[in-house]
Amino acid sequence: MSALFTILSATMLAQTLRMAIPYVCAGLGGVWSERSGVVNIALEGILLSGGLGGVVAHVATGSPWAGVVAGAAVGAAIGLVHALIVVRGRVDAIVSGLAINLAAVGATRFVLRALYASSSNSPPVEGFRFAGMGGASGAALLARTLVDPFALATAVLVAASAWALMQTRFGLRVRACGEDPVAAASVGVDVSRVRLLAVALGGAICGLGGVALAFDQHQFQSGMSGGRGFIALAAVILSGWRPGRAAAACLAFAALDAVQIVMQDQARGVGYLAQMLPYVATLVALWAIARRRGEGAIAGRAPAGLGR
Amino acid sequence: MSERTRGAAIATVAGLAAGWLALALLVWLYGESPRGVVAELVGGTWGMPYGVGQVLYKATPLLLTGVAVDLALRAGLFNIGAEGQLAVAGLAVATVGSRLPVATPGWIAIPVAVLVAALAGAAWATPPAILRARYGAHEVISTIMMNRIADGFVGFALVGGLAIPGTVRTPEVVAGAHLPRLEALGMSSLRGSAVSVALPLAIGVALLAAGWLARSRIGREVVLVGLGPTACAAEKIPVARRLAMALVLSGAVAGIASIAPVLGYKGYFESGLGAGAGFGGIAVALLGRGHPVGLVLAALLFGTLEQGGLVINGRVPMEITTVLQGVVIVAVALADARVRSALLWRRTA
Repeated sequence: MSALFTILSATMLAQTLRMAIPYVCAGLGGVWSERSGVVNIALEGILLSGGLGGVVAHVATGSPWAGVVAGAAVGAAIGLVHALIVVRGRVDAIVSGLAINLAAVGATRFVLRALYASSSNSPPVEGFRFAGMGGASGAALLARTLVDPFALATAVLVAASAWALMQTRFGLRVRACGEDPVAAASVGVDVSRVRLLAVALGGAICGLGGVALAFDQHQFQSGMSGGRGFIALAAVILSGWRPGRAAAACLAFAALDAVQIVMQDQARGVGYLAQMLPYVATLVALWAIARRRGEGAIAGRAPAGLGR
Repeated sequence: MSERTRGAAIATVAGLAAGWLALALLVWLYGESPRGVVAELVGGTWGMPYGVGQVLYKATPLLLTGVAVDLALRAGLFNIGAEGQLAVAGLAVATVGSRLPVATPGWIAIPVAVLVAALAGAAWATPPAILRARYGAHEVISTIMMNRIADGFVGFALVGGLAIPGTVRTPEVVAGAHLPRLEALGMSSLRGSAVSVALPLAIGVALLAAGWLARSRIGREVVLVGLGPTACAAEKIPVARRLAMALVLSGAVAGIASIAPVLGYKGYFESGLGAGAGFGGIAVALLGRGHPVGLVLAALLFGTLEQGGLVINGRVPMEITTVLQGVVIVAVALADARVRSALLWRRTA
């Protein structure tokens, strides 16, 4: 009973929202990239690198805003590299994504050791401060979370992505390139340019998620993305490549995380089971989507030009 | 020299050149002398018997996972799941190995262990295989998911009773299940290194897989399905079954890779043991390009990098070698795509 009470508390809600931010950002990154037709498993590496970029800039300048800009820039740069390799270099997107993830793990540790003489973590950073909003109660924590710049930005980004993807000219082009690149090219869309832009934009959003993660922990730790990029990828698939639903799936996974943290003291085994849940759900969804293939147009299927 | 061999040679050279440049650049950025670091790397790996032994030890699981990924690639499938297949197999091998009767002789214990590893790896590859063959769901996503599920599953199984209480490792396997080290088999100069009979076994598996793909009827059908599933379906080759078979076999080989660290080195399984070899195998398969000799050389290269990272860690961060893996993979793939389109252009021109 007490466990249930904890789960429903304001602290819990605040924790969930806080933990959802990196997931949602990475998920949006995945949606932008894959809707344009470029498979993106590099989200994990982008989260990690974006987080480090943010912390390095924050440490160097003392300003968290510089960190935000740097994290997004690093994310966009890696997204652009991924897209260049895939779109211009005609390399399999999975190969490129894997290589980027590998390189990101190594490169972040390399930079940590080169700059801070430690391959495990950066010096502490402050992140964003909240004047006059102290207090350790659940309600105070929730209030702080709700006015957190990252939380607000993430909410705006979800709405903006959904709107831009469905209502703007650029969004239409992105979707056209994802559905049928040949047809898009035949009506004058520069497919490779649109894809480069979409993947870089997604990378920037994903990099922002990395900064949020690192600022939340008040330092960068090596490997701190901890599979969040893959969870986000799972959310993208579960959502049927739609921003709003991807964000909802991310929230659900974050809630699972928060429950896991609360329950950890009571049963570690349960934590491991909860850890598997998003991935099992994704396997089931893959099966359900694949089974309905051939029944004509269905909502929530993969972009038809994905990987082409 | 055929066009294919020449293309492969160009791609390999490009990959190595890019890796070399990246190494030199990173070392230089760190403020060390590239020449000195490379000399240290070579001296600490191929320059001394212990180093050679350690390179061979690190190359063993990489060769097996490389063969595993290659096997699936031949059928046109990308098995990203070797990492999880290896972890689950390692847990299974150690669990079974520690519960065998204490006096089990090696000639029973080791084949049993290899079989268990293969079965566990195959089992972990089965859901993606069914999803792909039966429903057409993309194996890349499902094997990634299975990797993450393996993480949770192994953790759950360890705290749930398979580990020694209070630890995250299984009990020790029985004496007969330990793989003899090569130093104990007359190669005494490799003293101290963990290279074991898993290495010749891995080479055997690589040759067996190549032979099976080239000479057996079913193996050839697997390759044909990889080349053109539609034509195969027209020829009444059971495409779905061959796809499933390739992925499950790939999982079995990836599972066998776990015996090198579990039975050849530690003697037990702990969480994280053998981690990285699954992703490393993808690099090996891409560089080895479908030939057993290529796979062996690629495994040796990445084994050298892995061991070399430890050697140079005092001067520059060992993580440089992980970055190099990524750079080499991209460079080879890029060169490959370039070469392929150039050849295509020449043929049509």
